[in-house]
Amino acid sequence: MKGEWILDDLLLRERAVNIRESIIEMITAAKSGHPGGSLSSVEIMVSLFFGGVMSYDPKNPQLESRDRFFLSKGHAAPVLYSTLAEAGYFDKSGLNTLRQLNSPFQGHPDMRKLPGIEASTGSLGQGLSISVGCALGLRLKGLNSHVFTLLGDGELEEGQIWEAAMAASHFKLDNLTAIVDRNRLQIDGFTEEIMSLEPLTDKWRAFGWNVLELNGHSFDELIPALKKAKKRGDKKPQVIIAHTIKGKGVSFMENVCDFHGKAPSEEQAKIAYSEIKECDVQ
Amino acid sequence: MKATREAYGEALLELGRSNDKVVALDADLSKSTKTSLFAKEFPERFFNVGIAEQNLIGVAAGLSLAGFVPYASTFAIFATGRAWEQIRNTVAYPSLNVKICASHAGITVGEDGASHQSIEDIALMSVIPNMTVLVPADSIETKSMVNWAYQYNGPVYIRLGRMGVPDILSENYNFDTKPFVLKKGKRIVIFATGIMLWKCLEAIELLKPYNVEPTLVNVSCIKPFPEESIIEIAKEHEIVFTAEEHNVINGLGSMISSTLSRNYPMKVYFIGIDDRFGTSGKPNDLLSYYGLDANSIKEKLLLLGLK
Repeated sequence: MKGEWILDDLLLRERAVNIRESIIEMITAAKSGHPGGSLSSVEIMVSLFFGGVMSYDPKNPQLESRDRFFLSKGHAAPVLYSTLAEAGYFDKSGLNTLRQLNSPFQGHPDMRKLPGIEASTGSLGQGLSISVGCALGLRLKGLNSHVFTLLGDGELEEGQIWEAAMAASHFKLDNLTAIVDRNRLQIDGFTEEIMSLEPLTDKWRAFGWNVLELNGHSFDELIPALKKAKKRGDKKPQVIIAHTIKGKGVSFMENVCDFHGKAPSEEQAKIAYSEIKECDVQ
Repeated sequence: MKATREAYGEALLELGRSNDKVVALDADLSKSTKTSLFAKEFPERFFNVGIAEQNLIGVAAGLSLAGFVPYASTFAIFATGRAWEQIRNTVAYPSLNVKICASHAGITVGEDGASHQSIEDIALMSVIPNMTVLVPADSIETKSMVNWAYQYNGPVYIRLGRMGVPDILSENYNFDTKPFVLKKGKRIVIFATGIMLWKCLEAIELLKPYNVEPTLVNVSCIKPFPEESIIEIAKEHEIVFTAEEHNVINGLGSMISSTLSRNYPMKVYFIGIDDRFGTSGKPNDLLSYYGLDANSIKEKLLLLGLK
């Protein structure tokens, strides 16, 4: 059993490296895009899609019994595209057309252009409401499917998030799990300087949610927590505050506000590739 | 006399009885929008999200993604104003199957005044790609539209009113997006939408002694705009009037004049709210105050139409 876990662990790390490389590659090719918040959420995405958490079938993307993943922080489209490619929804070769005319890889996810994209997102604050509606619908249909939503921390400044948070607990949606990519940076600077979010766990708890905090780069913490979240029956929605580092894995991007939405140069990309291979995830 | 919102509530309930995919949502106005009728019979398929219009639209989007056909309701000003960007990005951009049936449109909301009177919603919804925009004239058309919207796969906005309207269309009328010629006349044609069909019909009665017999057309589908039919009808007349309980900027009148200017240039006179906010008052008094009552329409037609 132990040997199997180590093998899985290695595979997960390999996936994370592949996805980080793809993120840098496609954003460099596009000369625009959002590397910071894509890199910060790699382990979260790998855990969901390859950690035995989510149930899905790339050959049958519309399978009714699948779990749903909504990327509310739609600007992190590169991490979603590379994860779905890695999962086999579509060929990796198209990724380098990111943000180009006629590409299905739009600047922000378009559900009509690619399989596996559950909603068109990008305008911040709207994904949690969609997730609430979807979770209500799945429950009404008697399906056991679970809804996972990845939120940015800066995104929590949108009032609609709290409208949705209120509704999720009011409707007792224990088939909904939100994950906050708590990288503490937004476009203009640190969240706590622009518009403070703390005490964040207290806020969610006060809105009636189960709250869990963990290291968002640790498979050991993420995977068991996500698996457990999926199996709840406590009539409460769950939020996982995942502490991450914006730009994780690339030294000159880590915690650098500028790389929220700036592409690396060709030279910077080369350095990034070499560092990504050494990327330290727990 | 029945308000279109009441007809909506009844039609939604009927639709819910025969289709279990229909779900209804409201934002704490279910008694006013009449989704309360549906809520009473199908509590498990009704979701009141509270006073949170942005979330209302998002939750409706999510329900449609799960395979349901949501009918989301609140007042027109809040649906199309406060949640405009949610409608644009979350619903219309991916063309989700969400029906937004907003009540209390226009100034005939009455006493609540300007803050609650939506005179911009036709413009706000029409400017969004993929969006279908419908304005029923009476309860018969409302019921037909609610069913039509269920058959149609995609986002639909239906504009409903608070004030009672007599049934104008015949019981066997079926809505089909084409303008409907209600009265065939000569020289002048009036293209009217919503409650104004009724007011124009009254005005035509008042015009009889003057030997003026305009054609009256119900334009209840604002988008996709039935350009060809409009041009065809306009060609048979010398002067075009448009009538709407909406700002004259970017409503029905603008749609018709822009269509005609490109295809068959002719004079178009607008009857509508002249880029002013609403105010408190009784619905009928407001119609007179803003020049939308039968007498005002008659005067305008005599003044401009016979020049």
